[in-house]
Amino acid sequence: MEKNLRRKYINPYLGGFLIGIALIAAYYFSGEGLGSSGAYKRFVIASIDAISHTYALNSHYSGAIVKAGHPLNTWLVFELLGVVAGAILSAAVYGRLKWEIGKSPKITNKTRLIAALIGGILWGVGTQLGRGCTSGLIMSGMAVNSLSGYIGLLAVFGGGYLFAYFFRKLWI
Amino acid sequence: MGPLYPLGHISEPTNLLIGFFIGMLFGWGLEASGFTNTRKLAGVFYGYDMTVLKVFFTAALTAAAGLFIMHHYGIIDLTQIFYPHTYWLPTLTGGLLMALGFLIGGFCPGTGFCAASTGKIDGIVFVVGVFIGIYFYAFTYEPIFEKFRNSTFMGQVNIADWLGIREGLFIFIMIIIAIGSYIFADWVQKKVNKNKSKEELEDLGL
Repeated sequence: MEKNLRRKYINPYLGGFLIGIALIAAYYFSGEGLGSSGAYKRFVIASIDAISHTYALNSHYSGAIVKAGHPLNTWLVFELLGVVAGAILSAAVYGRLKWEIGKSPKITNKTRLIAALIGGILWGVGTQLGRGCTSGLIMSGMAVNSLSGYIGLLAVFGGGYLFAYFFRKLWI
Repeated sequence: MGPLYPLGHISEPTNLLIGFFIGMLFGWGLEASGFTNTRKLAGVFYGYDMTVLKVFFTAALTAAAGLFIMHHYGIIDLTQIFYPHTYWLPTLTGGLLMALGFLIGGFCPGTGFCAASTGKIDGIVFVVGVFIGIYFYAFTYEPIFEKFRNSTFMGQVNIADWLGIREGLFIFIMIIIAIGSYIFADWVQKKVNKNKSKEELEDLGL
């Protein structure tokens, strides 16, 4: 049973529709888009604030957020905690809760993990400079027809196709 | 009329709780679509698995069309929601860094977090990387990034206004483009996977 379900994913258009409904609900109830890098940012600021409140207050990066209240007391953080719960629930239902490393069979675990770390670092810097990630900048931006969302779409996916050739050995 | 929280129809704790449940639906959608599997995500750039394009476009345009219609019928006032400001050059530059991050790391921050939550070790390492990147940015913000991040400010720009066409028409054109891209994506995927074994395709859940 478990084996059969493991690689069974839902229809992509249904998946997209569900996420689209979640996005509409986010705007309807809370006036916010779906995001994730914004919540990461809050975790980072909360940790800096816990170590030195003065530093966090004076830094131009975190000052305004720390002044407004506890950095974690924000919609995006609760939303991301929900994402974790939803992903775990779905993985449990489909029998996919399992320790494993996802990668192309042609590369080693070590290569995959080093690449994952470097890729993550690039995302960390890129999201802060670009004001959001695939969900917060692009998807939520496209939902309200914002120019910034479409610039993000062009840069992330256009850039992806532009540079894909150089990293093909990681995947194919 | 929505948005409920900004217009004072629901309390802050209710709003946060609703945020949690909306997040659950989002997380379910990402996991059930296969986005904790890094190979499915990277596949969109190499043509062997175009699921990302289908899910992503469908989600964004379902929301765009839905919100447009809701606004038209007075169910939501879109002037009261969070609307991003456009800073085109930092977003373009940040976006290119993210593109590299996607090709090298095989996740984006949301899908990486889902992968980490469901036991994918590469997802956990990716999330650690994102945090390292943000710490680096936070501690070097003032000397390196601050001036650039706030440059090329354009305000709140709606792309339909910017192109000089009506919003409904823009959404309609995007839906046509999306449907065309789904057909093209299926054609590419079939071509790329022509000589692949059944096991290989089953591994991607195709």
